[in-house]
Amino acid sequence: MSSDVLTVTDLSVHYRTDHGALQALRHVNLDVPRGSIVGVVGESGCGKSTLIASIIRLLAGNAFIPNGRIEFESRNLLDLDEAAMRDLRGNRMSVVFQDPMSTLNPVLTIGRQMTDIQYRRNASRADKQRRAVEMLARVGISDPASRLGQFPHEFSGGMQQRISIAMALQAEPALLIADEPTTALDATLEVQIIHLLKDLQTNIGCSILFISHHLGVIAELCDYVVVMYAGEIVEEGTARDVFHRPAHPYTEKLLQCDPAGIAAKSRSLPTIPGEIPDLVELPAGCIFKNRCGYVMERCDNVVPAWTESAGTHFVSCHRTQT
Amino acid sequence: MLLYLIKRVTLGVVIVMLAVTLLFCMIHLVPGDPARILLGPRATPELIASMSARMGLDLPMPVQVLRFFANLLRGDLGMDIITNRPVTEIVFGQLPYTLWLIFTAIVFAALIGIPLGCYSALHRNTLADRITGVVSVACITAPAFVVALCSLLLFAVTLQWFPAVGAGTRGDVADQAVHLVLPAFAIGLSWIGYLARLVRASMLEVMGENHIRTARAYGLPERVVVYRYALKLAVLPTVTVIGVGMGFLLSAALFTEIVFARPGIGKLIYDSIVTRNYPVVMGSVLISTVLFVISTTVSDLVNAWLDPRIRTSL
Amino acid sequence: MIDVLRRVFGDPLGRIGLILVTLVTVGALFAAFIAPYDPIALNIRDRLQDPSAAHFLGTDQLGRDLFSRVLYGGQVALKVALITIGVALFIGVALGMVAGFGPRWLDNAIMLFFDTIRSFPTVMFALATVALVGPSLETVIAVIVVTTIPNYGRVARTQTLSIKSNEYIKAERAMGASTARMLSVHVLPNVMGPLMILASMDIPTVIALEAGLSFLGMGVKPPTPSWGSILNDGYTLIRNTPWPIVAGSIPLLMVTLGFTFLGESLRDLIDPKLRRTV
Repeated sequence: MSSDVLTVTDLSVHYRTDHGALQALRHVNLDVPRGSIVGVVGESGCGKSTLIASIIRLLAGNAFIPNGRIEFESRNLLDLDEAAMRDLRGNRMSVVFQDPMSTLNPVLTIGRQMTDIQYRRNASRADKQRRAVEMLARVGISDPASRLGQFPHEFSGGMQQRISIAMALQAEPALLIADEPTTALDATLEVQIIHLLKDLQTNIGCSILFISHHLGVIAELCDYVVVMYAGEIVEEGTARDVFHRPAHPYTEKLLQCDPAGIAAKSRSLPTIPGEIPDLVELPAGCIFKNRCGYVMERCDNVVPAWTESAGTHFVSCHRTQT
Repeated sequence: MLLYLIKRVTLGVVIVMLAVTLLFCMIHLVPGDPARILLGPRATPELIASMSARMGLDLPMPVQVLRFFANLLRGDLGMDIITNRPVTEIVFGQLPYTLWLIFTAIVFAALIGIPLGCYSALHRNTLADRITGVVSVACITAPAFVVALCSLLLFAVTLQWFPAVGAGTRGDVADQAVHLVLPAFAIGLSWIGYLARLVRASMLEVMGENHIRTARAYGLPERVVVYRYALKLAVLPTVTVIGVGMGFLLSAALFTEIVFARPGIGKLIYDSIVTRNYPVVMGSVLISTVLFVISTTVSDLVNAWLDPRIRTSL
Repeated sequence: MIDVLRRVFGDPLGRIGLILVTLVTVGALFAAFIAPYDPIALNIRDRLQDPSAAHFLGTDQLGRDLFSRVLYGGQVALKVALITIGVALFIGVALGMVAGFGPRWLDNAIMLFFDTIRSFPTVMFALATVALVGPSLETVIAVIVVTTIPNYGRVARTQTLSIKSNEYIKAERAMGASTARMLSVHVLPNVMGPLMILASMDIPTVIALEAGLSFLGMGVKPPTPSWGSILNDGYTLIRNTPWPIVAGSIPLLMVTLGFTFLGESLRDLIDPKLRRTV
């Protein structure tokens, strides 16, 4: 058995559109080692959500996967039939979604939803409820037993996200996928949720694939960081390496744009000029060339190779190869 | 919740009062003395005067309106001028027939329309979905009285599968049920299409919501996701629409009752209008308006019962 | 306009709708040329005939040719539909804009009026009025106008309210533009689009209502042919001949179906957003 819970190899995902195939993910490689937290960072539209959707195999109807493997606990998920895949979801792998206010069913009680998802367990109703109460207590919901009968809208956003986390970890999965779980929350709540996730992760011993566009959160929580841009992985390494010695110009810019990292007072927040390239008709060469400050002649038509910059730190940029 | 009910009832009372006043105004503004019209051209002036007095038409209009409401508070809707029976007795004698008819029609429409809409939504853009869509529109547009006439012609007169007239023998449930089939079909047909479309649209909307993705991400069987998690939300608009649709249902019931010569509030209104029996017209229109107000309120309450979000905001 | 027609024709549903509507309209407009017989001429010898080469849809109890009556009946139906919807649209939009732009109390009063009318079962209201005023086509038109005003009034009010809260409108008001200018320049053009589609989808309802009232003997006076009165004849003759019911139902179903398909197709082409509200 490999030491990785999840191994994504050479994964591409395209969407059929009226104008042609939109290549949302291209040749993505990603490892999530057992017991670790891997962060994926990138701006909106970079393919983060597509990545998650293809791991849990809940892609939109017009998506197709031309190539790649997604190995989870030594099985290729792309080969599994729907029943086998469903058996993994919410069992061996769970997801905490972005907007907590809309991820829970509004007309069913919390208790009902938390016991419904234990349908695999051959336990009594009381037993399942006991389990739900225990999980709610673990995520810091006070007086959990009496709150089982309440509906989602009776909880605040932060509380709803705690409930989502409780639901996701109820089955003690091997992998928890967190899709921007804190983006919709206040900064103070964000910190609380991050700490909660970290605590639970050490207790339960699962791995976490953590998606965010918020660098501070990633730096705080993750062991490894993967930087995505326009459907490709452009840099990857330990959190320390990526944040302290960014090797890709995109990462560099991202760090400059993070308001928390801005030291000098300025009149406007820095931005990355330019737009994500057209993913239907991909430009030749480096994907980032139209927004890069260090663009060279080679970038125009040669795709940069995936190279080791130092130890476990990888990047795809011509600049590091000179 | 209490506040909501109070508001709702007040609004209902205001609407009913306005409607009655409107009717009074119309009776008054219309050229020609209702008593004269009622008694025909050969009536003597004395006879007309005494009839006017009996109907209270000799009083000034505001007094008439006030008297009507004062009597109404005592549960008195006046006397039928032809049979001299209390209007309340007549109206409430006919009401159950109409209520049963409407209820059967809606249940019939819901039993076919909701699953059809569900099926269409889950098999979106397939041939079956398209056909359902076109058939739904065709059903919606077919006027109830045309459907009633055609089904009377086809199933009762030509094929003789079902009885053509009446509501069946009193006390004989089977006979009454057989008599309900065609009228309920005539009223329900357009609702099948309507509900199918409505449920399809709201089902598609609900299936796209985040919590459905969540339910799937927990590996819940598709059957549970669709029927327990999505459908419960998708039928909510149906309840509102049926509640607000009471007016259409009553109108359709009127035609159907006439075509099938069934007793009922619609037929009562029609008959009393033809015979210029104003107290009965007034009483039955009042009751239908009250029925409408009640049905919208009830549908709101049912919605609140089904949707906890509304429950807390009421 | 031509472009819209072409696009409607490209949509299968729109094409069927257009064909049905055209057939009925042409039949009604050119009834004088197409109709083989005088629609009100009695011919007792030929009464209650089944369809034949001479009488396309048979004859009624007075020997009148049903096909000719159906064609002329279309004139009544279309006339009622056009007048009613035109007038209702005019009054409804005016009231709706007043409600939207006017003071709060006026808004509330108009909305209460709309609610009252809406809570009245249409047909019962129509029947009560007709009973009081006496049956005539004018009465039917007036009644249907009153009952359809709220449909347009509500939409016009909502649109007005949303436009009123726009920043550019606020700015212009602050600069002293008159209410009349606001309404005619900004509100009216924005309101008309959705309302036209709404109105085209109301045509079948209005035609069905007119036919229904005529069926009950509350609409056009005999011997004027109307689809509703043909159906009424058919109802009384139901045990003798099926043909008057068939003759009355066919054009009614054609026209309601045709206008609905057309309206749906137009709505999807012009303003898909309306799908949710209409």
